[in-house]
Amino acid sequence: MTSFRRQLIISGVGGQGVLFVTRLLAEAALEKGLPVLTAETHGMAQRGGTVLSHLKLGPFDSPLIRPASADGLLVLRGENYEAHRAYLHEEGWAVVNRPDGPAALASGPVVHPVDADALAGKIGRPQAANLVLLGYALAVLGRGFFCTLGEMQTILNTRLGLAGEKLEWAVAALQAGSDRHTTTSGDA
Amino acid sequence: MENSIRNVLMMGNEAIARGLLESGCGMATSYPGTPASEILATVLRLKREAGLPLHAQWAVNEKVAFEIAYAGAMTGLRSAVSMKQVGLNVAADPLMSAAYLGVVGGFVVISADDPGPHSSQTEQDSRLMAMMAKIPVLDPDSPAQAREMTRLAFDLSESHGVPVMLRPTTRVCHARQDLPPLPLQTGVRKPVFTRDPKRWAATPKFRLALHHELEARLARISAEPLSEPRAIASGGHRAKAVVVSGVAAAHAREIFAGLSLDGPLALYQVLQPFPLHSAFIRDLLETYDEILVIEETAAVIEMQLADRRHVRGKLNGKVPAVGELLPEHIEALLCRFAGRSAPTVSLPPAPARRPTLCAGCPHRASFFAIKKAAPRAIYTSDIGCYTLGLNLGAVDTVLCMGAAISQAAGFYHAFRDASKKPDLVATMGDSTFFHAGVPALVDAVAQGVRFTLVILDNRTTAMTGGQPTPASGGDGGNAVAVEIEPLVRGCGVKFCRLADPYELPAFIALLKEALTWSREHGPAVVIARHPCLLDRRSRAPGSPRPPATVGDACDGCGFCLNHFECPALVSDADGGRVRVDPLLCTGCGVCRHVCPKGALGIAEESP
Repeated sequence: MTSFRRQLIISGVGGQGVLFVTRLLAEAALEKGLPVLTAETHGMAQRGGTVLSHLKLGPFDSPLIRPASADGLLVLRGENYEAHRAYLHEEGWAVVNRPDGPAALASGPVVHPVDADALAGKIGRPQAANLVLLGYALAVLGRGFFCTLGEMQTILNTRLGLAGEKLEWAVAALQAGSDRHTTTSGDA
Repeated sequence: MENSIRNVLMMGNEAIARGLLESGCGMATSYPGTPASEILATVLRLKREAGLPLHAQWAVNEKVAFEIAYAGAMTGLRSAVSMKQVGLNVAADPLMSAAYLGVVGGFVVISADDPGPHSSQTEQDSRLMAMMAKIPVLDPDSPAQAREMTRLAFDLSESHGVPVMLRPTTRVCHARQDLPPLPLQTGVRKPVFTRDPKRWAATPKFRLALHHELEARLARISAEPLSEPRAIASGGHRAKAVVVSGVAAAHAREIFAGLSLDGPLALYQVLQPFPLHSAFIRDLLETYDEILVIEETAAVIEMQLADRRHVRGKLNGKVPAVGELLPEHIEALLCRFAGRSAPTVSLPPAPARRPTLCAGCPHRASFFAIKKAAPRAIYTSDIGCYTLGLNLGAVDTVLCMGAAISQAAGFYHAFRDASKKPDLVATMGDSTFFHAGVPALVDAVAQGVRFTLVILDNRTTAMTGGQPTPASGGDGGNAVAVEIEPLVRGCGVKFCRLADPYELPAFIALLKEALTWSREHGPAVVIARHPCLLDRRSRAPGSPRPPATVGDACDGCGFCLNHFECPALVSDADGGRVRVDPLLCTGCGVCRHVCPKGALGIAEESP
């Protein structure tokens, strides 16, 4: 695994759980023994402003990702895609929380839209759109991602200390995102 | 307990806290401020979890925090004080003097800088403060190095008898990295105070001798092997030299490896930007014809390279002197310096989303009431979440901690002889009032300043994550709760009233009363007390309140959106009716007093 390198950006606004998703992914990488570096936004920006996390897995020194270098982009707030897509390299992907989704271009990043807000509302957990989006990303990217939905469930429990009802809700949100991909692609 | 050491995800500030406790720190103090707040928070957590014997506390401000920890170091304890860079301004007085007097136990001054700035009033470089004080400063590039340097800082401080500054930046403080948790020292030293008035109470005559002593210490520190610069890449024949420090070093190392720049360029990482090692300065200037210096935020290393003929950096405009140095900027600088073409990718500006007060924030109610009661006043405000009262048009000035009161006083004196005297309303949070508001209020009383102070008392230091204030009492780790109301009265204020801004009509009436009184008599103080909604300790038990409702009377006039600006009130289209976001609404019910049409209500009241 030493040559494994992955650079991910998580983008959203304060209160959406950007830092939680970052932490979850970082802990999952740690569980696999990968070197981890993250950079986060704190303070005033957290009061509803734009929040951006950088997550770098593998042998890196800098906590920040340069433009045109990221492998993947998780966008919890659809409008942020236009500003933050420049982080992606040519073969990068983006999973975007948006019902219609930005138009895919002939070349450049692959965009996977998902209405995570609506799906989260449907399972009665509107604040869990972050985990719905992550569940969808895990399913749509499959082996392109570095961990699985099952591993994520374990991390929520063992490393983030979620238990009981909280854990059930979190798992349900991940599952709802994952199921969304299964039902739309029909490849289950 | 785990048997073997397993890496954990450690925030830079947690790594610094661990570095302190792994080194046997006996006293740690702080005043909260982004990006430094998690350092003491982690110390307090580890102290509790591991039952460590050290004294750790939030202090009323950075100067007090500094002086407490410094006295600890005078008794031989290893001590540390942490703060954000502007906090060091508040503690500058004891810092300058402590450098002369020196220390017995290791004393680490942690001042976290915020290039960007992401969450600060200035981009000032604490390393310049270390230079002015004439103490060494260490500049970590990562959480891992921040922890190592915390240990190194104690060692340097004790072997040279001076305070040592650790200067992390936001990208170190709020980076997370996988690191092994090492054993914490469970014992602390026995305190010993050796009377030495020539040192600890030195008069100017002795201060001169101490200054000579400090210069001799600095000369030794600039040859200290433990903190020497590191050669990262040696470069090929006729290579140019790049000198980096702090997180710019981490960016540069990664870019060097990715672009194979080792050849045209040699790379040196400075660990101790001041005093810069004298042998390093000499060798660098003798060996290289061209030298590029990349550092944040000021030209601290660069200005010590006295022979300027070969040096490129901030001082001759080759490196930006303002703003955070992002890796893409450093990549372009390195490529150009190596004679290669530089990448041109840049990010478009992020969507303009301004921060707002949270839905249900009691400050919003206070600001709305202030605008109602004193629509044409000059509104002086201060540092904290409530700076966001800007969005409601209820904040005209923000200078620094505590200035809302003194600036109101300044406006009063400026307009004293004017034919039309403006009303003056100052807003200040509870933690800020304790920090720097009290002396300003005493002065305002003594000078008969006619203004109204609204203390936004949410029972916590909210912006930085809910640290306690002196009013928190035992829950905040204090011995005794210091209450605001008697403190205000003790300052000599004759009009001091307490109210809940959620009771909006009564609160507006009280503000009008305070303004009327202040126009005749002098300072009037209204304590707007309602706990922060993010503070778990004060969260009311029981089921959440039902969200607000929008009745048929709503004609989409937009008054609530523009003048109350609650994120839970949204409008899908221009002129369309307002709707309530049930996810955000806290059911505070304040908005029912805001809508001029009476269209907003709470569920129990609507049919």
